[in-house]
Amino acid sequence: MRDLSVINELNIDFMGIRRPAVILSGVVLLLCILAMVIRGFNLGLDFTGGTVLEVGYQNPAELSDVRTALEAKGFTGATVQHFGTRSDVLIRLAPEAGEEASAELSDSVFQALSEAVGGQVELRRVEFVGPQVGEELREQGGLAVLFALIGILVYVALRFEWRFAVGAVVAIVHDVIFTVGMFALFQIPFDLTVLAAVLAVIGYSLNDTIVIFDRIRENFRRMRKGTVIDITNVSINQTLSRTVVTSGTTLLVLIALYIFGGEALNGFSLALIIGVVVGTYSTIFVATAAVILLGVSRADLLPVPKEGAEAGSSLP
Amino acid sequence: MNQYPLWKNLLILGVILGALLLAVPNLFSQDPSIEITAARGSEVTEASLAEVRAALETADVPVKDIETREGGKLLVRFASSGAQLAGQDAIERALSERYRTALTLSADLPGWVRFLGLNPMSMGLDLRGGIHVVIDVDMEAALDQALERYVGDIRTELRDRKIRYLTVAREGSRILIKFNDAAMRDDAQRALNNEFRDLDIQPLDEGGDFVIAASLPPAQQEEVRSFALQQNITTLRNRVNALGVAEPSIARQGDRRIVVQLPGAQDPGRLKELLGATATLEYRLVDTEHSVADALDGRVPVGSRLYRERDGTPILLNRRVIVTGDQITDASAGFDSQSGSPAVFVNLDGQGARRMRDVTTENVGKPMAVVFIENVTTTEVVDGEAVKRTRKVEEVISVATIREPFGRRFQTTGLDSSNEAHNLALLLRSGALAAPIQIVEERTIGPSLGQDNIDQGFLSVMIGLGLVLVFMALYYRVFGLVANVVLVVNLVMIVAILSMLQATLTLPGIAGIVLTVGMAVDANVLIYERIREEIRNGSTPQASIHAGFDKALSTIVDANVTTLIAAVVLFSFGTGPIKGFAVTLFIGILTSMFTAIFGSRAVINLIYGGRRVKKLAI
Repeated sequence: MRDLSVINELNIDFMGIRRPAVILSGVVLLLCILAMVIRGFNLGLDFTGGTVLEVGYQNPAELSDVRTALEAKGFTGATVQHFGTRSDVLIRLAPEAGEEASAELSDSVFQALSEAVGGQVELRRVEFVGPQVGEELREQGGLAVLFALIGILVYVALRFEWRFAVGAVVAIVHDVIFTVGMFALFQIPFDLTVLAAVLAVIGYSLNDTIVIFDRIRENFRRMRKGTVIDITNVSINQTLSRTVVTSGTTLLVLIALYIFGGEALNGFSLALIIGVVVGTYSTIFVATAAVILLGVSRADLLPVPKEGAEAGSSLP
Repeated sequence: MNQYPLWKNLLILGVILGALLLAVPNLFSQDPSIEITAARGSEVTEASLAEVRAALETADVPVKDIETREGGKLLVRFASSGAQLAGQDAIERALSERYRTALTLSADLPGWVRFLGLNPMSMGLDLRGGIHVVIDVDMEAALDQALERYVGDIRTELRDRKIRYLTVAREGSRILIKFNDAAMRDDAQRALNNEFRDLDIQPLDEGGDFVIAASLPPAQQEEVRSFALQQNITTLRNRVNALGVAEPSIARQGDRRIVVQLPGAQDPGRLKELLGATATLEYRLVDTEHSVADALDGRVPVGSRLYRERDGTPILLNRRVIVTGDQITDASAGFDSQSGSPAVFVNLDGQGARRMRDVTTENVGKPMAVVFIENVTTTEVVDGEAVKRTRKVEEVISVATIREPFGRRFQTTGLDSSNEAHNLALLLRSGALAAPIQIVEERTIGPSLGQDNIDQGFLSVMIGLGLVLVFMALYYRVFGLVANVVLVVNLVMIVAILSMLQATLTLPGIAGIVLTVGMAVDANVLIYERIREEIRNGSTPQASIHAGFDKALSTIVDANVTTLIAAVVLFSFGTGPIKGFAVTLFIGILTSMFTAIFGSRAVINLIYGGRRVKKLAI
C-alpha cells in the first residue's frame, strides 16, 4: 500500500458545500432533539435507580420459566431478557417494582430463581442503585458535560481566538446531540459507561477540530493571498489524510472493542463509534463553517510575529 | 542533523527500561487463592500448613502451592477458581474452628520481583469479582440521638442542682425546658450555661411560659456528624475484618457516605445483613417482687419494665441495667458444654466486670435475664413514597438463676441457632453503629463474570492493537514500524504507571486503554503526514524529518491538552466506572505524548540521523 496519495492530491471545495452541510446538520440535529423529546431515553439503572441481576444458568434458560419463577414469589413487573448467551439472563426490577425497594431485594430474587431450578444457577452480577443515588448520578453527568465544555472553551479561547473556541464548542454540541440522539432514537440503553463515552467523544472531536484549527492559524500567518474560505479549504485538504488515518485507526480498535469486548462494553463502544464518525464530519463541516460564519479574518490571528516560519517552504 | 545527544537517548532508554521493570509483575499469572488467618485464640504455625494440606488432600482438591505469608497468614494457590471454591469448602469444613478463610487473587511473583517491592496492577471488582456497596449514614438520626442524650443530661443536671423544672423535651432541633417562674428559669440558665458550653442556650418567652431553648450550634452539629461517620467507619471496618475478607476497602465518600469494597466475597446476602445490623445485649435482674399480671394491666411498677421472651411470655425486669453491650470487649460463638445449645462467650471490660461481680455476689440464687436488642429497619409505602422506619426490638433470650458470683467472662445461651450465635458474637466484638445506615448502591460481580471480563477486555485490546499495527506498518513502512514499536512501549508504560500508582484497573479502564491505543497513533500520524508534506514540498529528507517533528509539536500539544481537560473533568465528576476510564485515559494521553514526541524521534534519529539519506521509507 502506497500512501493514500489520492487524498493528498485531492482539493475538495469543502467550504463550497458548507451551506448544504450546515442545513443537513441542522435537520439531523432537529430529528435527534425530536427523538429525545418524543421517545426519551432508555435510561440504565445508574440513572433511574433499581435492581439488576445477571444470572448464569447451567443450561439454556427459557425466559418464560424465569418469569414464572419470579411471579410465583410475587416479583411482578420485572424485565427479563437474555444477556449475551441463551443461558445468561438479565433481570431488571424498577425501583417501585419491589416492595422492599432496598439492597435486600436482590437476595430474595436470586433465592426465588435458585429454588425454582434446584440451585442450578449462578449469580453473576448484582447492581442496585437507590433512587437518590440515581438522581445524583444524573445531575453529576450533566454537570460533567457542562464543565468539560467550559474548560475547553477557555483553553481554546486562550490558545486561539474566541471565534475558534465558539466553533469548537458548536462542533462538540453537535456531536453530543447527534450521539445521544441516536441512543434516544433506537432506544439503546443509556448508562454510566455511555456517559463516559460521550465525554470521550467530546475529547476526541475536539482533538480533531484543534488539528484543523491549528493548520488554519498557521496558514493565515504564512499565506499572503487567498480569501478566508480559500485558506480554510487548503487547511482542511492538507490535514485530510491525517483526519482519515486517525479516524480509521480509532475506529479499528473501537470495532474490535464492540465485537470482542463483551456485552458490558457494547453501549460504550457503540457511542464512541457513532461519536468518532460524526466528530470527523463535524470537524470538517461544522467547526470551520461556524468560524467563518462568525467572521474570522486574517488580522485576528496575526498579532504574534513568529520568527519566519521556514520562509523557503511557505507555500503549499 | 537529527541526532539526539547521548544523554537524551540514555534518558529515554532509562524511562523505557524503568517502565518495563514496573510492568514485569503483570506477566505472572494471578492465581485464585485462599488466604488463611487464625481465628481468635489460635495461631498459624508450621503445623497449620500440614493441617491445611491434609484437609485439602482428603477432599481431593488439587493445590498449586501453599506458602506462609508475613503476619501469620497462609496462602493456598489453586489452578482454577472452581478448585478455589472447593478448597475453601474443604478447609471450612475441616478447620473452621481455628482458621478463617478469605478468597483472593494472588500473583505468582518470583522472589526478586517481591524483593524489589513491585506489584501488578490491582484489578477492580468488575474484573476480579466482589461486592461494592455504598452506605448512607443517617445524619439526622445521629443529631436526634445527640439531642436525646442532652435531654437526659440536662434532667440529671437540674435534678442534681435541685432546680425544679416542669418538662424537658426535644422539639425538632431544639430542647425546650419549661419552668414555673422566671427566677427558677434564670437559675437554670446559669447552671446550664456553665455545664453545657457546647449548647446554645437562650431564654424564650412563649405565651407566659418560662422556657429555655437549647440547641446545637452549627459547629457542634458538624462535629456530631463527622463523629458519627467516623465511628460508623470504624465499626464497619471491625465487622468486615471479622468476616475475613482479603484486602477490604472501607472509605468515606463525601459528607455522609461510606464505600465498602470487598473483593472476592461470596455471600452478598450475609454481608449486607452484617453491615447494617445493630444487635447488642443487655443484662438485667429479673423483678421477682411484683406481679407480671398487674404490669400487663398497665400497672408497671416504678423501677421495672415489661419485656417479652422469644415465645411471647411476659416478664418484668429491673430498669437498671447491669451491663450493656458497650462494655463487652470480646465475644465468641460456641456451644454450651452441658446442653450443647448455641452460646456466646462474652468478655467484659474492667468496669463492667466489677459491676457484674458486685451484682451477682449480692443476688446469688436470683434470676438474671439477657435482653437481645436489635434495630429492625422496615420499608413502608406511605402516599406512594417509600419510608424507612427503624424499630427497636427487645427480646429476652434467656433467664437463668445466678448460681455463684461471676465477673469478667461468662456465657449466654438461648439463641436460636449457631448462625445467630456467630453473628451476635461478631456484632458484639465490632461495636455498635453510631447512627443508622442504609445501603443506597450495590454492585456485586461474581468471580466467573470477572474472569470473562478480563478475558474479553484483553482479547479486544490485543485485536485492536494488532489491526492498528498491521495498518501502520503497511501505510508508513519504516516509519510505521517505528510507530508500532512506540505504540507497544506506550502500552507498557500505561501498565507500568498503573502498577506503580496501584491504581485500580476496571473494565471501563480497559476501554480507556483501547481508546488510547487508537488515539496514540494520532500523534505519530500528525508527524508523519507533516514529513510527507515537507517531502512533497521539495525539502531534503533530513530537513523534512526535522520540520515534521517541529511543526507537529504544537498541534499535538494543543490536541492532547484539550483531551486531558476532558479526562480531568471525568475524573472529578465521575464515580466508580467513569473514574476508572478517566484514569487510564489521562495516563494514556501523557504516555502517548512522551512516546510519540521523544520515543519516536529517538528511534528515527537512530535510523536516519547524522548521515546522508536519499529517500525516506514513509
